[in-house]
Amino acid sequence: MALANTILQRRNARAGPHEDGDEVRREPAAVRFLIVALAVAFLVVFLVLPLITVFQQAFMHGLWPYLAALVEPDAVAAIRLTLVVAAISVSLNLLFGLVAAWAIAKFDFPGKSVLITLIDLPFSVSPVIAGLVFVLLFGAQGYFGAFLQAHDIQILFALPGLVLATVFVTFPFVARELIPLMQEQGTQDEEAAISLGASGLQTFFRVTLPNVKWALLYGVLLCNARAMGEFGAVSVVSGHIRGETNTMPLHIEILYNEYQFTAAFAVASLLALLALVTLIAKVLLERRAAAE
Amino acid sequence: MKYRATMGAARPRLRRRPSVLPGFGITLGVTLTWLALIVLIPLAGLFLQTATLSFAEFWAIVTSRRALNAFKLSFGLSLVAAVINLVFGGLVAWALVRYQFPGRRLLDAIVDIPFALPTAVAGIALTTLFAENGWLGSVLALAGIKVAFTPLGILVALVFIGLPFVVRTVQPVLLDLDAELEEVAATLGASRWQTFTRVILPLVVPALLTGFALAFARAVGEYGSVIFIAGNLPNVSEIAPLLIMIRLEEFKYADATAIAVVMLIASFLILLAINRLQRWSELRTGRL
Repeated sequence: MALANTILQRRNARAGPHEDGDEVRREPAAVRFLIVALAVAFLVVFLVLPLITVFQQAFMHGLWPYLAALVEPDAVAAIRLTLVVAAISVSLNLLFGLVAAWAIAKFDFPGKSVLITLIDLPFSVSPVIAGLVFVLLFGAQGYFGAFLQAHDIQILFALPGLVLATVFVTFPFVARELIPLMQEQGTQDEEAAISLGASGLQTFFRVTLPNVKWALLYGVLLCNARAMGEFGAVSVVSGHIRGETNTMPLHIEILYNEYQFTAAFAVASLLALLALVTLIAKVLLERRAAAE
Repeated sequence: MKYRATMGAARPRLRRRPSVLPGFGITLGVTLTWLALIVLIPLAGLFLQTATLSFAEFWAIVTSRRALNAFKLSFGLSLVAAVINLVFGGLVAWALVRYQFPGRRLLDAIVDIPFALPTAVAGIALTTLFAENGWLGSVLALAGIKVAFTPLGILVALVFIGLPFVVRTVQPVLLDLDAELEEVAATLGASRWQTFTRVILPLVVPALLTGFALAFARAVGEYGSVIFIAGNLPNVSEIAPLLIMIRLEEFKYADATAIAVVMLIASFLILLAINRLQRWSELRTGRL
């Protein structure tokens, strides 16, 4: 999953699949064919066909209904809100990821593995629970509910709640990409820079950052894909106010439940496109990183 | 080798190693504060909220018929989905690493689709595909199999979202496998099947199990891709995360919280198991 792992793999592996031709390491042709056929069939049924379905359904009635679904005011509002929520959440997690990776990868301290586990925690928490915890904190009957109401501060069913839920769900993404790579790279480069008189920030921006730029970019891309596509957590805190607090995935749900399938899949196709772009970027970044 | 590795891992590092690099205090401080604010305090709030219930009340909620059925469905189907992913994920990883076939690189890239595709999009796509008038649903209907709006549909969604976990944990281990081990086995007269089951499989088992546990953990909490295809009938096709959602919409916060706490404790236990498995995998394959 992590780019760092992939880079290491590419370096270690001789050249993709083993084609050294040593017959002792190959199965009989019939077995090979059967395994490949099963693997391909499985991937086509579970991954390729659903992806094709999205675009087929979106364009089923031609280009105009497709475009009409995308410029409709509620859809535009949902797209705008999704972009705003993702921009804020990804920036916050980018900053956090860099700071956490510096502390964890460049220094040794007791309790480090516990800290890494805690950062990973949101990966294994159900999105619905991620939303629920913020309802319990900021809802009308929540711990801070009375205080927020007295001061007329709106967190739930508004932008801050959407951002909080999204930040929680995407919390580990950037840190998780950076930590293994920065640990692998060690501290010699930074120590050299410091001993040559560079300041801490200069060292970070001129030495550390260039060393991890591809992994960082990939972490941001994954974080962004997840932030824009988050459904369960956001669904709990959004309040589903049409044109106001509906993000794209929530808008898709409403359209789908109203049997407006073409419109639902039209909006869904944008998110599917984002997923494809993310995957293509991943492949390109891996090649770039392996080449360096 | 195993002994040495264990010794290394167990050696306690009591104090922070001195370093010339600046910024340790502030970066660790910011990390801990941000982690506490976003993750730890909100999760602690969930546990505090259950403390307002007496144990009898809590027990009554989590052992009610509807909750028990939801747990059974979520955990049971997640387990089955993880087993399917264990088998087919292992197979896919093997095919991608060992064989050359047309479209291999494309399929390799596509394995990550469930990571990148929003769950709601996956949900409506799978529902359309497996509905009775869908491409696959209509074929399966001929055989009398109904997928969409049944528990079988939930299983399909859970297999979808768990697939990359097994493939991506097994792939690097297969790539790193030492060719000489297999050559030695063959030289000593082992058949290909014997080499596979006695030499290769033992080395890959920890990674397979790690992928299995990751897929299981993800499936247990999954919501978005499931609710469209599930049918959502109470006691039949209603998963635990959906029940939490329904209780929340009814403003029954205590019920929602109690069910959430059970799921959260289960996730912690799975996370613990995953950590153990990963360490085992690293020890066995020497990838430290």
